[in-house]
Amino acid sequence: MKNHLHTLKGAVVLALGLAAASATAQAGGEQYFPLQSYRVGPYAAGGTGFFGGFIDYLQYVNIKEGGVNGVKLSWSECETEYVVEKGVECYERLKKGLNGAPAAATNPLSVGIAYATLERSTADKLPLITINHGRTDSTDGSVFPYVFPLQLNPYSEVSAIINYIGQKSGGLAKLKGKKIAVLYHGSPYGKETNPILELLSKKYGFQLVSLEVPHPGNEQQSQWLTIRQQKPDWVILRGWGVMNPVALKTAQKTGYPADHIIGNIWSNSEEDAAPAGAAAKGFISITTHPSGTQFPVLQGIKKTVLDAGKGNLADAKRFGTVYYNLGVVNGILNVEAVRLAQAKFGKKPLTGEQVRWGFEHLHFDDKRLKEVGALGLLQPLQLSCADHEGGGAVRFQQWDGQQWKVISPWVQADRKLLRPIIEDSSHKYAKEKGITPRDCSKES
Amino acid sequence: MSFFMEVLLGGLLAGVMYSLVAIGFVLIYKASGVFNFAQGSMVLFAALTFVSLLERGLPFWLSFVISLLSMLLLALLLERLVLRHLVNRPPITLFMATLGLSYVVEGVAQALWGAQVHGLDLGIEDTPLELGGLMLSRFDLFAAASAGLLVLLLSLLFNKTRIGLSLRAVADDQLAALAVGIRLQRMWVLVWAVAGLVGLVAGLLWGARLGVQFSLSLIVLKALPVLIIGGFTSIGGAIVGGLIVGASEKLAEVYLGPLLSGGIENWFPYVLALLFLLLRPAGLFGERAIERV
Repeated sequence: MKNHLHTLKGAVVLALGLAAASATAQAGGEQYFPLQSYRVGPYAAGGTGFFGGFIDYLQYVNIKEGGVNGVKLSWSECETEYVVEKGVECYERLKKGLNGAPAAATNPLSVGIAYATLERSTADKLPLITINHGRTDSTDGSVFPYVFPLQLNPYSEVSAIINYIGQKSGGLAKLKGKKIAVLYHGSPYGKETNPILELLSKKYGFQLVSLEVPHPGNEQQSQWLTIRQQKPDWVILRGWGVMNPVALKTAQKTGYPADHIIGNIWSNSEEDAAPAGAAAKGFISITTHPSGTQFPVLQGIKKTVLDAGKGNLADAKRFGTVYYNLGVVNGILNVEAVRLAQAKFGKKPLTGEQVRWGFEHLHFDDKRLKEVGALGLLQPLQLSCADHEGGGAVRFQQWDGQQWKVISPWVQADRKLLRPIIEDSSHKYAKEKGITPRDCSKES
Repeated sequence: MSFFMEVLLGGLLAGVMYSLVAIGFVLIYKASGVFNFAQGSMVLFAALTFVSLLERGLPFWLSFVISLLSMLLLALLLERLVLRHLVNRPPITLFMATLGLSYVVEGVAQALWGAQVHGLDLGIEDTPLELGGLMLSRFDLFAAASAGLLVLLLSLLFNKTRIGLSLRAVADDQLAALAVGIRLQRMWVLVWAVAGLVGLVAGLLWGARLGVQFSLSLIVLKALPVLIIGGFTSIGGAIVGGLIVGASEKLAEVYLGPLLSGGIENWFPYVLALLFLLLRPAGLFGERAIERV
């Protein structure tokens, strides 16, 4: 009996050991994405859309291609509620990977969390992806090797808006004498582009009226009455959350036309325009990616993931919206970085340091965009050691009362003008922190 | 001069919206001495319930009635599960309980109706209206009229009905009210339900202005200086406090803001409230506490 018990005990231990080993081996054969997501709280609408799109794309790659070169993609979520301290806690909890699968990169979609984890990411050699947001000077990869403000940094954003207003006015020279107001969120995010707008106003000779809206922005009567008094030709809306629909409603209330308000990248979703109802009709905003479901990659996700009942969105109607598509675009960029890094380091799960190399060598031309089914969804871009943004172009879209319609081709930011300002700032940062910038001419 | 008048009138009308939220606080404070920090979450819960029902195809009036019933149910649950067990506890305990409740109510609202942002159209056009050379908002005028009607109804309830008499008795002295046979628990449920109605009206008007989203609960931050200035125990005080806060913050933002690099309207009302705390701690219409020492 004792022997039987021993045998049974041994078998159980062996079985458990095998199971554990197999789970580790299986997980160890995966590439892990730690997700500092936010699905509750005031910013949940953005979080659920973005992380829904990101996860659905990872699922799509797993189902359609069996992962990246056979390496399955895995992920787990940690709820930040968009709170910085929770974001840092989540970073620390997830950065080491999951069951042996190494972490590829972090994607917090929060300026505050990105700032708070920037130095940690660099120390941990884990790429920090701040698609369409983040520190502008992190574009300079020689100083910020692990930070990637992919597609669009805040300076490029306002530069492209001024270029568009110039186009609408008949050329940048015609901006002289015009009046442009900027209505910005009362936060470091909102204020970040003010010096660039001042620079551009001096360069092109337009008058700049800057108006701050205190957080959260649910009262804007005085700002819009000032706008009515000042009569600007255009208003740039640099908003966030509730500030955006309130701006549109108050503009209507004070008689300012919506089709002369241009929203920035965080004023460009359905959640920003729809709650304003009729007041939003005609509102223009920038976008790095159109909404819509017509792109082959989205059709593929629909067929493979959503129709199979595996979609991440609680509300399937949000498929193809601005936040969802941003998540898909982010997924494409992350997966492509893994793919490129695998070509150099081998078809296996990679460390954050190796995936960083992949991000730095991202190159999407029309041919590659077509291959991944994202032509028209994602802009052509090429990153390098020195340039961690890669794109710097936006398109303009207009709210027709129900949905966004793209109304312009790609409008490029004046990146030549911005680059020295970015480098000034990044070198100042390097000096403060005692960082020796990399020599990008020697990087391969 | 007309610009000044527009800013002033716009501020006064915005102030009425703040008063709407503040009235909910006053009702509960008067009847139970509880500063209900969960009032903002109740506004959110009511508005989110209403708009979610409306979006599911229910008619306006039915959505309103069901939302109102849900607020009554919430009041019942609060009384049974929380307040009843905290009778005779220090005010800070009750305050902390409502602080916790605000998170619970928000969480339940999100679990029930999701985190999506909703537009709310009450059918009132919000185009500018030209009156005597001044541009005013139709919606704000409607909101002011709604607040006025609500105050009138509440005044009638408090002053002309038996229930109102009981509520006033409870507000004056809970022990004496119990001694003459008034059922304290029932009164608490009633007053929380009335605060729920006020929350629903405030939620609809604020929701139509901001969209129904989770930051709706942050409007309590606008009600706090209103209460300090008007007094915690007076509905009339909440109205006057709201008008003072609305007008002063708008004028300050327009005329002082440029000198102080802008964005001052969030903290300016609190400067006023601090001055009131120093000079008139009970507010303009609040009851002064007199204690035998």
